[in-house]
Amino acid sequence: MKSLLRNTVLAMAAPLLLATGQARAALELNMPRGVTEITREVYGLHMLIFWICVAIGVVVFGAMIWSLIYHRHSKGAKPAQFHESTTVEIAWTLVPFLILIGMAIPAAGTLIKIEDASDADMSIKVTGYQWMWEYEYLDHDVQFFSRLDEATNQARQLKSGIDPTSVDNYLRDVDKYVVVPVDQKVRLLLASNDVIHAWWVPELSGKKDAIPGFINEMWFKAEKTGIYRGQCAELCGRGHGYMPIVVKVVTESEFEAWVNEQGGSMTTDAAEQAASGTQVASAGTTATDAAVDAPADSAAADEGEGQSSEPVQVADAGDAPADGTSEGAAGLSMDDLMAQGKKVYDGQCAACHQVDGSGMAAAGFPAMKGSPVATGDLAEHIDQILNGKGAMPPYKDTLSDEEIAAVITYERNAFGNETGDIIQPADIADAR
Amino acid sequence: MSEAHAHDHHDDHHHGPEPGIMRWIKTTNHKDLGTLYMWFSFTMFMIGGMMALVIRAELFQPGLQFVDPGFFNSMTTMHALVMIFGGVMPGFVGLANWMVPMMIGASDLALPRINNWGFWILPFAFTLLLSTLFVDGGAPAAGWTMYPPLVLQSGDSLPLLIFAVHMMGVSSITGAINIVVTILNMRAPGMTLLKMPLFVWTWLITAYLLIAVMPVLAGAVTMLLTDRYFGTSFFSAAGGGDPVMFQHIFWFFGHPEVYIMILPAFGIISMIIPVFARKTLFGYDSMVYATASIAFLSFIVWAHHMFTVGMPVAAELFFMFATMLIAVPTGVKVFNWVATMWKGSMSFETPMLFALAFVFLFTIGGFSGLMLAIVPADFQYHDSYFVVAHFHYVLVPGAVFSIMAGVYFWLPKWTGHMYDEKLGKLHFWLSTIFVNVTFFPQHFSGLAGMPRRIPDYATQFAEFNMISSIGAFGFGFSQLILLFVVIKCIRGGQPATGRVWEGARGLEWSIPSPAPYHSFETPPDVPDSEVTSAQEQHA
Repeated sequence: MKSLLRNTVLAMAAPLLLATGQARAALELNMPRGVTEITREVYGLHMLIFWICVAIGVVVFGAMIWSLIYHRHSKGAKPAQFHESTTVEIAWTLVPFLILIGMAIPAAGTLIKIEDASDADMSIKVTGYQWMWEYEYLDHDVQFFSRLDEATNQARQLKSGIDPTSVDNYLRDVDKYVVVPVDQKVRLLLASNDVIHAWWVPELSGKKDAIPGFINEMWFKAEKTGIYRGQCAELCGRGHGYMPIVVKVVTESEFEAWVNEQGGSMTTDAAEQAASGTQVASAGTTATDAAVDAPADSAAADEGEGQSSEPVQVADAGDAPADGTSEGAAGLSMDDLMAQGKKVYDGQCAACHQVDGSGMAAAGFPAMKGSPVATGDLAEHIDQILNGKGAMPPYKDTLSDEEIAAVITYERNAFGNETGDIIQPADIADAR
Repeated sequence: MSEAHAHDHHDDHHHGPEPGIMRWIKTTNHKDLGTLYMWFSFTMFMIGGMMALVIRAELFQPGLQFVDPGFFNSMTTMHALVMIFGGVMPGFVGLANWMVPMMIGASDLALPRINNWGFWILPFAFTLLLSTLFVDGGAPAAGWTMYPPLVLQSGDSLPLLIFAVHMMGVSSITGAINIVVTILNMRAPGMTLLKMPLFVWTWLITAYLLIAVMPVLAGAVTMLLTDRYFGTSFFSAAGGGDPVMFQHIFWFFGHPEVYIMILPAFGIISMIIPVFARKTLFGYDSMVYATASIAFLSFIVWAHHMFTVGMPVAAELFFMFATMLIAVPTGVKVFNWVATMWKGSMSFETPMLFALAFVFLFTIGGFSGLMLAIVPADFQYHDSYFVVAHFHYVLVPGAVFSIMAGVYFWLPKWTGHMYDEKLGKLHFWLSTIFVNVTFFPQHFSGLAGMPRRIPDYATQFAEFNMISSIGAFGFGFSQLILLFVVIKCIRGGQPATGRVWEGARGLEWSIPSPAPYHSFETPPDVPDSEVTSAQEQHA
């Protein structure tokens, strides 16, 4: 029996030992101190209450362990007769109460600081989508989507055969970083296009929910340049684990260069407007109110639009990505469309419809291979991708005409579908 | 003891159980129904456990090895629903069915037919719930908290989930009403309220919580139903509704629910520790008042589950202070247990071992709960594995250990045989070691930034997840020992005396073991030596 037990333990520990032998990031045990004043304060609060708990634990568990050792029946201990003491009861009601007050005061101070997003230097509107983030720099006229990076996306597929440890920043890298300047108070306005998400980069701040119909507010002021990573923290469907956040904190001049590179401007008009006038209440703001207050020109939740089961459209369709919509009049070649289409498909569609187009019948995701839509009526195909159907989200706001044209071309010619159809961005523009 | 009837004493009103399967279907006997509840609870514990093992198998290593992310979400959702509504709650109801009438000297529960109905709703409710695994779109995958709008994206499982929740609610409410009516009306003369055993007290308060909040849950899920199928917009911003309102309503149910799952545990532990410390419970009255305070506070702290939705600062401060306040009565309970042990004469049979582990590990869960109350820190902890570690510490070595402690404690009274002490201790040690191996590392991965409810994780979390998965499998398989011990004890073993434990006091121990099918057909005398009230014991 004993040797069996030992062997079992060894057998269980073996893979563990192997795993720890591999080269990995250092084992993190505690909350990061972060690179902002607030995260350091929060870390301080966390450690304060932790040590208070440890101290209480030492006293309580100490007394208990003492009893367990010395007040044993087997050692002939005779039970005492006491079973009541009002003095003691009052003491151990009052003392914890006082300790709690000692904890509540600094916690309240920090909380009030966290909730004060006034006097921000710049504002970014962050919109959660299933499953990516959209960032709009309200003061700089920069807008983009940020999705899981391609290397991780390949490796994360079910039974991909790719070792996650061989991918840099597995599940924590995106195709486009959020770039912000160091030592500036950056205000985030959080919204959502579909379900509730939560934006969380532990080294910059705590988390806050992005809720459809609400605009929430949070801020951070990074004191150190560098790259900081986080993830969506609110269950948002099957891609919840696959919408990371990467923030790159750079110097002021690098930020300026980046904005110019993105085709934005460093004009201060918008910046002043965002920083001074428009306070967005962080709670209780309904979509309609928020649309009035928020500097963003987001057409929030149209009363008449969409029944309850449909995702709420917060983002304006007019804001759709502009890149790639002005292709040459001659159109794109089949090869180009197929190459780009595969990229879009693997990134956006494969999670449900699978890389090989086989779908997942059990979960209700139809196969692409031989699909009546992908091999049949083109207008229906375009419509489903633009406007979604059932569990499938609409892509009209998140993909450009070129991307949609490419992915439809790909779906109609890959997986043995071989329809020979070539769809051009102009066809999509017409269908919109 | 005088009023306990043996089987040979027959007349029209007391007969033995019907033979065969119909005994269990038609029974209105509190002991039979208690047994049914306990087996149901154990079955659900196993099913929910298997779901947990699917989760832990997938999380054993980074990368997606076994299941689709959608199915993974279904597993986390179903695991929670099955464990909460199928495992823990019926487990406590089963113990209450068996023990409450015997503890207060009643012949049965006040509403025996309602009792039968309340139980037999459950198998149907859970058949409905588990059938969602096979419908189009898969089982519910939006988390047990069912937040809209995500939950409204469910496939055909949504109405099944909602009706299952309705049925569980009906079952809980009937059980709760039955317990309240029994305790308030059927106590033996002399069993005044402040002489009742603490298990009875905690269940009385729990029953009121159930009656107060189960209808709130039913209302919340009904609004989801009408939002999805009847064109309402309670939770849809596009229609003028508010998705955050669901969270407020849900947690107004959800927080008292947390105490529904822990107050009876406090009762069980308060019964067991004095017996094995051979010393009267310290501070009986303060235990009752602390339980009532916790129940009251549980109604005004709900928003601490949703600090990150963006509430006004004043609301955040209020919910933070109210939440911290709960530490005071909870602390009083822990201090009282320790004071009961202090200068006692302790022995360490299996029920006592589980009770001691409860005090240690529940307190650790309480500490992390206190940390979570601090709003600025909660912004970091929220929805991370730190939270997963916290609520599993209060639910597994908390609620579940207390049920196991209760089973070992009362099994000799139920079966008339002593259980196998060696195997019981083996079960205890394996459970305790593995439960810590499973959940302790989750504190670390959460603090380091791992969100909950993700099917795959960044590689820096790999070590702790692997340890956690090993612990989970160890814990899961250790529970087969419990099954074996219980079956072995039912089939035979050393005969148990009526008193069973040397230090046992109370009406339930004054009748023979196994407890006769009908105990206390006429109200017993309540001798001072059998009640736990502090004042009475001095003499």
